[in-house]
Amino acid sequence: MAKVIKTKKGLDIRMAGVAAKEYGQVSQAANIGFNPDDFYGITPKPIAKVGDKVEIGSVLFVDKKNPMFKVVSPVSGVVSAINRGERRKILDIVVANDLKATQATLPAVNWSGSVDEIKEGLSNAGMFAFFKQRPYDVMANPADSPRAIFISAFDKAPLAPDMNFILSQEGANFQAAINVLAKIAPVYVGVDKNATWAASLQNAEVTCFDGAYPVSNVGVQINKLAPINRGEIVWTIAPQEVVIMGRYIAKGVLDFSKTVALVGENVVAPKYYKVTMGSPVAALTRANLSQGVTSRLVAGNPLSGMQTTAESWLNPMVSQLTVLPEGDQIHEMLGWIMPRFSMFSLNGSFLSGLCSCMRKNKTFHFDTRILGGERHMIMSGEYDKVFPMDIYPEFLLKAIIAGDIDKMEALGIYEVAPEDFAAAEFVCSSKMELQKIVRKGLDLLRKEMC
Amino acid sequence: MNALRKMLDKIKPTFNEGGKLSMFRSVFDGFETFLFVPNTTSKSGAHIHDAVDSKRIMIMVVIALMPALLFGMYNVGYQHYLAIGQLAETGFWTVFAYGLLAVLPKIVVSYLVGLGIEFTVAQFKGEEIHEGFLVSGIIIPMIVPVDCPLWMLALATAFAVIFAKEIFGGTGMNIFNVAIVTRMFLFFSYPSKMSGDSVWIAKDGILGLGEGTVVNGFTGATPLGQVAVSPTTQTTLVNAVGEPSTILDAIIGLIPGSIGETSVIAIALGAILLLVTRIASWKIMLSIFGSGALMAWIFNAIGPDTAVAALPWYEHLILGGFAFGAVFMATDPVTSARTEAGKWMYGCLIGALAIIIRVLNPGYPEGMMLAILFGNVFAPLFDYLVVQRNISKRAKRATKAINS
Repeated sequence: MAKVIKTKKGLDIRMAGVAAKEYGQVSQAANIGFNPDDFYGITPKPIAKVGDKVEIGSVLFVDKKNPMFKVVSPVSGVVSAINRGERRKILDIVVANDLKATQATLPAVNWSGSVDEIKEGLSNAGMFAFFKQRPYDVMANPADSPRAIFISAFDKAPLAPDMNFILSQEGANFQAAINVLAKIAPVYVGVDKNATWAASLQNAEVTCFDGAYPVSNVGVQINKLAPINRGEIVWTIAPQEVVIMGRYIAKGVLDFSKTVALVGENVVAPKYYKVTMGSPVAALTRANLSQGVTSRLVAGNPLSGMQTTAESWLNPMVSQLTVLPEGDQIHEMLGWIMPRFSMFSLNGSFLSGLCSCMRKNKTFHFDTRILGGERHMIMSGEYDKVFPMDIYPEFLLKAIIAGDIDKMEALGIYEVAPEDFAAAEFVCSSKMELQKIVRKGLDLLRKEMC
Repeated sequence: MNALRKMLDKIKPTFNEGGKLSMFRSVFDGFETFLFVPNTTSKSGAHIHDAVDSKRIMIMVVIALMPALLFGMYNVGYQHYLAIGQLAETGFWTVFAYGLLAVLPKIVVSYLVGLGIEFTVAQFKGEEIHEGFLVSGIIIPMIVPVDCPLWMLALATAFAVIFAKEIFGGTGMNIFNVAIVTRMFLFFSYPSKMSGDSVWIAKDGILGLGEGTVVNGFTGATPLGQVAVSPTTQTTLVNAVGEPSTILDAIIGLIPGSIGETSVIAIALGAILLLVTRIASWKIMLSIFGSGALMAWIFNAIGPDTAVAALPWYEHLILGGFAFGAVFMATDPVTSARTEAGKWMYGCLIGALAIIIRVLNPGYPEGMMLAILFGNVFAPLFDYLVVQRNISKRAKRATKAINS
């Protein structure tokens, strides 16, 4: 049996609109596209030109600084547009899908060969678009030698998809990818206690994590298992991307389809959908949203996801598309004194805490209002309760706000990503934008260090 | 409600940038957010938020202070009528009304001065009004003697808000508790009005209420004041007219003292609310009471041969500003230690120091105010010690990784 690590700190937020364990029907998208901003930290350089014929596996764009970072086309067809915005910044690269699914011929790879050979093979198939690195929480540079590769194979964020449901049939592909990844660096897999598919996983250190969100964040798992030190690099990759890699390694076929859960209380019937990476958001939301309410679309979970629109391309890295009521039409009277039974809070001045103690499965309504005004950091210990890493979040945040690089390093900024502060941002009574602050700190440090 | 909302929406442009009344933008914004929860939606980061905000937290603290304030008003009237010898024939509401009339001007002055500065600064900096002063503004009248002149209060409040808070950047950035600084300013600038035997009981009538002269044998000293000057180690505490007063009087709060500090029961009610809502730290409260009791007990056992050293530990906790300071002032999250281990150290320092000052300082019977101020100074140091451990642990880990 795998090692079990329990965490005490954290917060499970129960929201209405969890996906039912069934797959909905969605047709193949006529167009797919990628927004280079979804690959944080790279400078895109288009390889394909408008009008070029592409196959599954043809390179669309690379990172200017590390050309081994390639994003390949997940469908066959024709590059129909490269849209640019201000200062010629690439907004998106669009491929018109011919629905023939022709595979590009990639050079054969010897998966039991040297590390360089393996990296080359993964890079040619566009697999390096899946790796992120810590420190800095940016796309990984294939030329680096990471100390370890971490995979968190479950998700406890609000309304998160059940990864065990998604991965239940994918054990073999997962294993195929792990076998190859283990040659690059030691692989750590974090699972929850229901992960039967991972019971006989080889070549990786499997750890069972038991606790509340954000225990499913890979950053928390790294911190618990083998914290990152200054000068070290660790790669992380999400489980569905591991499976895509596994398919390619095991069968030599590129198949960029993945499961995305469409969730939230404004969704008519929340369930799972199989889509090709780069599909338009509208492919999922069309005909699935409640009418008459302003909805906000979030690629990812409600705490750390990015706001998106129906006209955008779904971020290829997410497994969850959340639909939240915007809520800006609500003007709540005298919120500072009303009992507010239906509102969720960790603070004891709301009786809802009592209600939820009595009814364990009660779900709460959330909209996107921040429900207060932004202040300086006033209350102490709020973040600590939902921050299960061996780091002092308040002090790290203050160091970032002050721009004190030495202090940031000393307090462990190399170990964190903005998403690790998502739960803290949720509970913050001063309504500070913690994830934005952390992102800024990481960017500053990256600029100074690299 | 809708009509109110519509009216606000209609007049809002007048207060916005470029509007006729834009110089009152912060005031309008303050009132609008007071009436309605802002409908601002998140722009970055977490899309959903916990329903609590700093307004609600501050109001909860104000509510927690209400029992002590209301009882304080009653006690002001009670002490006055006791002093003029008319307590027996005066009804409850008259006693309370006298206290209300004596205390209300102080609350008004404190809020007018403090909020006036807050509003101005918020307007000047283009920020929203910070709610911190809602709490400070109600605490300030509660920690002064009833005879404190209003102009002194106004001056002290202005000093504290500007020099203890605004120049540091507003609520959340201050090093010292604003109410404590107000008290400090008064104490060092006008000692004759802040200590001694004559300031704790209102002796004059207000608006025709409570006219009369103090009875023979009147003494205005607080119990701690009496202990401090006691020639023997055994003190018999007396009330304003020289009759013996019991420990029960002190627990209920029918003793002379600063307006809000006397009743242990009323303070306990506030403490319960603060602890249930998890706004104040139980670690700080517990460690202050614990270390205060321990220190008093140590003085009982091996202390000098004075009355105050011989005062039983539980009387130390009941009398004076100890309980009020421990519950409402030391627990200010901004000026106390922020780490959990730091909170224990911070509380222990304050509790022990308050008793040490009481026992060993001959000039002044109360030590809580100075102890909390010291606690504020040392809080960052305690946090530093705690955080530094985490830092050295990380540094050691990194060195080990490089060597291996």
